[in-house]
Amino acid sequence: MHSGESLLDVTDLAVTFASQEGQVKAVGGVTFSIRPGEMVGLVGESGCGKSISALAILGLVRMMKNATISGKVEFMGRDLLALPENEVRGVRGRDMSMIFQDPVTSLNPVLSIERQMTEGIEEHTGASHADAVKRSIELLEMVGIPKAVERIRDYPHQFSGGMRQRVMIAIALSCNPKLLLADEPTTALDVTIQAQILRLMKEMARDYGAAIVLITHDLGVVAGMTERILVMYAGRIVESGPAKALFAHPHHPYTVGLLRSVPRLDEPRADTLQSIDGLPPDLAHLPPGCAFAPRCALQARECWSAPPELLATTPGRHSACYRASLLVEKASA
Amino acid sequence: MSATAGDTLVSINELKVHFPITSGIVFQSKVGAVRAVDGLSFEIRRGETLGLVGESGCGKSTTGRAILQLEKLTAGQVLYEGSDLARLRGKALRRQRRRMQMIFQDPYASLNSRMTIGHIVGEPLLVHNLRPRNQREDRVRELLNLVGINPNTVNRYPHEFSGGQRQRIGIARALAVEPNFIVCDEPISALDVSIRAQIINLLQQLQRQFGLTYLFIAHDLSVVRHISDRVAVMYLGRVVELAANAELYGTPMHPYTQALLSAVPIPDPVVEEQRRAIVLAGDVPSPASPPSGCHFHTRCPAAVDGLCDVEDPALREVRPGHSAACHLVTESDYPHIRSVEDEAHSTVRAEPDTNGPSGGEGA
Repeated sequence: MHSGESLLDVTDLAVTFASQEGQVKAVGGVTFSIRPGEMVGLVGESGCGKSISALAILGLVRMMKNATISGKVEFMGRDLLALPENEVRGVRGRDMSMIFQDPVTSLNPVLSIERQMTEGIEEHTGASHADAVKRSIELLEMVGIPKAVERIRDYPHQFSGGMRQRVMIAIALSCNPKLLLADEPTTALDVTIQAQILRLMKEMARDYGAAIVLITHDLGVVAGMTERILVMYAGRIVESGPAKALFAHPHHPYTVGLLRSVPRLDEPRADTLQSIDGLPPDLAHLPPGCAFAPRCALQARECWSAPPELLATTPGRHSACYRASLLVEKASA
Repeated sequence: MSATAGDTLVSINELKVHFPITSGIVFQSKVGAVRAVDGLSFEIRRGETLGLVGESGCGKSTTGRAILQLEKLTAGQVLYEGSDLARLRGKALRRQRRRMQMIFQDPYASLNSRMTIGHIVGEPLLVHNLRPRNQREDRVRELLNLVGINPNTVNRYPHEFSGGQRQRIGIARALAVEPNFIVCDEPISALDVSIRAQIINLLQQLQRQFGLTYLFIAHDLSVVRHISDRVAVMYLGRVVELAANAELYGTPMHPYTQALLSAVPIPDPVVEEQRRAIVLAGDVPSPASPPSGCHFHTRCPAAVDGLCDVEDPALREVRPGHSAACHLVTESDYPHIRSVEDEAHSTVRAEPDTNGPSGGEGA
């Protein structure tokens, strides 16, 4: 493997939940790696397994009683899935941290911002409370919270949505992480606030040299933020590649459909949008072949046999599609 | 697209909806008011889709609910085909309500989970006594078929359907009373990306089929551009700009509209490299204590001290069919009347016109 240069190597990660409906395959074997300082977009719709993958990488899925995990999550040379919980706890929040979607529910409403910020800093760096407070104020100032010295004593409800997300970013950065997993960090925010937060994340990642995995359903957000894109569908990565090439000529019919179905402000108005017919599959009853085949315009008989593997199409790009050659040829023609 | 040359169907005059802020538990006294909607005037023409955009808390949903008399008006009037809805009571109001329906944002919360979808779609027929009992079931099946739901599922419950399917059921329920006017309140924002296009296409197809008029409330500017004939932009309880679609997106006049449009990310990395957003500083102020003068002056990159923070700008027609509420927009700034049909050029402005109202990029 390329563990020599990469920060995170996820190999064949699979997560299954036992439910009344049967075994729900939330993540069905994903493999990817992240290099230090890289900005990667993990794109997909709800239920595609993108958030569960992130939680599994952080070691938060194995606490769920009905979950079964397999595969490897090698972070800075250690397989986190094989480590005992107390050692993972030393990594989580320090070398690897997460920004959640909803800043309202991901901060504890009964603890002051000071308490929530200093807790992690003291735990991970062994700093004294006074030093941790000083560091917290610096961080809050850096993420653009006015009067940080006074506001650090406030409680989450005293902040607006955008300000809470800034606090979340400050907490995530508090121990200089190498990897930041951001799960829909701006979905709950308004567009003008979204622009502020995205700009802040980009600057912070650059200043700290942290890698970011930006998890989102919003193709516009990843287009401006990331260098490389992973597209997930029904628990698997269906396409990966450099952002520019992938957006210009997608190599998977799902990516094609996704890009066509959103109206763009910079293009002439179309009479009707090209929608993807049908519904995403039930993860407890996946079709035997490609999970996208029932909705796919290019599907053929082979697509119903077995799930396609993620294979190289052109240098640096991969697609999990039996019919990918049709899309690759079209692009080069 | 629907005809835009229609007459006025709904006319909104100086509409205000304030919610009281009370203090005390036993003896409640009013200590203030959230000015959710603070003086709106516009009209909705028969057969058109009027898009209403703005950020959360700007009062766009309250406006939609107030038009349907689901909120009590603090002041102002809503005229539907010339009759003042607030003056109607009982049967007369109910008769008018039949002409107006609503499609809600959350397809999970807006369908009663204890009713079968047949009952949900059939209830409006019962309430308004629209069909003889023996024809109701046929009508329900017809409605479900219309929105793309298998009519044989009438006896199933909402939890057996996906979000997109539930939204279709909500649309069937709205159509049951054969309305002329539908308020669509963020109808697609709770849905998955690949499902959104399906619902938008369905709404457009139904509009053509039945000559419906829509008030389409959304925060997604790309979707509003796709579906609307005219667009109104709201900020803190007021309309700051109103124009035909291509006109508003092609030549936004109000500094807020310009910032809003420039902040929308485009799903294309090549375009994104070039795009220069006007990033507004700060948050939207609380509608309980809106800023003096122009509500936007606290975040406006072009605000002029002594004018914008003192005087409240009125929404006025800057050029035919294009109104803006800004002291700094003058007719002479926009001398060239562009063709409204000239859609190919209606790209997002990275920066405002050099002779435009805003002086440059925000902080």
